Amino acid sequence: MTGPAILLMLCSLVVVWGGLLVSILALRARPERADFPEGGLDDRREDDAITERDT
Amino acid sequence: MSTTTTDTSPPREQFTGQVGFILSAIGSAVGLGNIWRFPGVAYENGGGAFLVPYVIALLTAGIPILFLDYALGHRFRGGPPTAFRRVKKWLESLGWFQVMICFVIAIYYAAIIGWALSFFVYSFTLKWGDDTAGFFTGDYLQLSDTANGGAWFTLDFVPAVLIPLVLVWVATIAVLVGGVAKGIEKANVVFLPLLVVAFAVLVVRAVFLDGATDGLNALFTPDWSALGDMNVWIAAYGQIFFSLSVAFGIMITYSSYRKRRANLTSPGLVVAFSNSGFEMLAGIGVFAALGFLAHEQAVAVADLEGITGPILSFVTFPAVVSEMPAGPLFGALFFGSLAMAGFTSLISILQVVSAGFQEKFGLTRRKAVLWIGIVAAVLSVVGFSTTTGLIALDTIDNWSNNIGIVASAVLMCVFLVWLLRTSPELRYHLNTVSTFQVGRWWYVCVGAIVPAVLAYMLVSRIVDLVQNPYEDYDETYLLYAGWGTLVVLVVGAVLLTLPRWRRDPDSYVAWPPYPPVTTSTTKGAAR
Repeated sequence: MTGPAILLMLCSLVVVWGGLLVSILALRARPERADFPEGGLDDRREDDAITERDT
Repeated sequence: MSTTTTDTSPPREQFTGQVGFILSAIGSAVGLGNIWRFPGVAYENGGGAFLVPYVIALLTAGIPILFLDYALGHRFRGGPPTAFRRVKKWLESLGWFQVMICFVIAIYYAAIIGWALSFFVYSFTLKWGDDTAGFFTGDYLQLSDTANGGAWFTLDFVPAVLIPLVLVWVATIAVLVGGVAKGIEKANVVFLPLLVVAFAVLVVRAVFLDGATDGLNALFTPDWSALGDMNVWIAAYGQIFFSLSVAFGIMITYSSYRKRRANLTSPGLVVAFSNSGFEMLAGIGVFAALGFLAHEQAVAVADLEGITGPILSFVTFPAVVSEMPAGPLFGALFFGSLAMAGFTSLISILQVVSAGFQEKFGLTRRKAVLWIGIVAAVLSVVGFSTTTGLIALDTIDNWSNNIGIVASAVLMCVFLVWLLRTSPELRYHLNTVSTFQVGRWWYVCVGAIVPAVLAYMLVSRIVDLVQNPYEDYDETYLLYAGWGTLVVLVVGAVLLTLPRWRRDPDSYVAWPPYPPVTTSTTKGAAR
C-alpha cells in the first residue's frame, strides 16, 4: 500500500473504532444515572403481550 | 408526577436491559447498505479523503438525528404515530408516513434477503459459474428483457426466488410474534455476534489475498480535491443518514421499549460508532476482495464494474468467490453475513408497522404481527418474486428512500425544531435520563445542518427524477411504480390517521415533566 493510503486507513480506523472504544468504556464507567426526578417508574409486567386478560 | 393518567393501556414491552437494546439497535442499523453501499460510495467520492466529510457527517447529522429519534420514542413512549401525536395531534400523520415507508421497504427488503439465502446455498457448489452477471439476471432472476419489448410487470413467478422469500417471511413473523425481549432481542443476540465473526473472518482472509493492497490503495488513497466538491459532502451525509436507520421510525420505536429511567445518549454513541465501525470493516473487506479480482483478471481496480449495490453482492462478489482459494466457504460466509445483516434490519423495520397498529387499533401483538406479516408477505411475493421483481425493487427503493425517507427527516426536523419548538424539551429529556450530556450544539445540528443538507438532497433528487427517467426505465412504469409509491405513502398516512384510537393516546403525561419542577431528586436506580 502507498504511504498516504496507509495513513488515511489508520486515521479512519483510529477515529471510528477509537470512537467506538471510548464510547463503550464511557458507558461501562457510567452505565446509568444515579439521580432522576421523581416518578418515571415502570410497569413491571414488561414483555407481557398486550393481553385481553388484563382488561 | 404520574407517568400515565390512566391504566387502561397495557404494559409496554421492554428490552431486558441496555445490552439487549444496544445489540438490537446495532442489528437494525447494520444492514445491506453497510456492506454494499459504503465501500462504493467512499471509493467514488474521493477515496480516503471521503472519510473527512464522512466523520463530520456522523458527528453533525447521524448522531444528532439518532438522539432526536431516541428522545421522541422514549419520552412519548410509542411508535411513530403515537409519539408524534403526543407531541401534537396533527403530527400523527407524519408518524403514519414513517410507518408506510417501513411497510413499503419491508416488502422489497425481504426479497433481497431471500436472494442472499439462495446465493448462500449456491456458494457450496459455486453454481453461478463463470458468467455471474448472466447467472444473476438470467438463470436466477429470469429477468424480463424490457430492452427488447419484455413486460415491465408480470406475474410469472420464479420458484428459486419465491421459496426463500417465503422462508424469510415465516422467520420474520416468528421472531416478531415472540415480542421485543423474546423475539427481536434474542434474534439480535444470536445473529449480530455471528455476523461480526463471520464478516471479520472474511475480511481477514480478503486482506491476505493477492492484489488486496491494490484494492485498499484504491479505497484509501485520498483525492483531496474532492473535498471542494459539494456532491461529495452530500454523498457523505446521505451515506450516514441512510446507514443509521434514522428518521423513519425504527429508532423511535426501539427507544420506546426502553425502561423510563434508561440511559439514551451513551448507548446511542455506541450504536452510531458500531455502525460506522462495521462500515469501515466492510470497506476494507470489499476492496481487498475487489483488488484480488482485478489482480486475477489482470485489470486495474478502477476498471472493475459493479462495485456498489446488488450488482456488487450478486454479480461481482460471486466472481471474487469463484477465484478465491476455498471459495465455497468464503461465499457462504459472505452471503450468510448479508442475510443476517438484512434480517436483523428487516425485523426492526416491520416492528415499526406492528407497533403502530397495536397502539392505534388495540390489537394484540400476535394479531398485529400475523395480519401485517401476511399482507406484507403476499405483496412481497407478488411484487418481487416474479420476472420483473428486480425492476420493481430498484424503482420502489429509489423513491421510498431518496424521497420518502429524506422528506420524512426534513419534515420531522422542521416541525419539531422550528414550528413546535420541541427541541429544548427533547434535549432536557435526553440529559435528564442520560449520562452523556447533549449541549446546545444539538439544536444547530437538528435545526439547521440536517434539514438544510437533506432538503438540498431532496430537491436535487426530485429535479433529477423529473428531468431524467430513472435508469432509463419506461416513463409510464416510473409514473406508477416510482411516483405511485409516493402517492401510496401519503394516502396511506392520511387514511391511517383518520380512524378513532381504540385507547386514548392523549391522556398520557410525559416524564420527566417539562418545564422541570424544582423538587428534590430521588436517589438510586428505578424500581
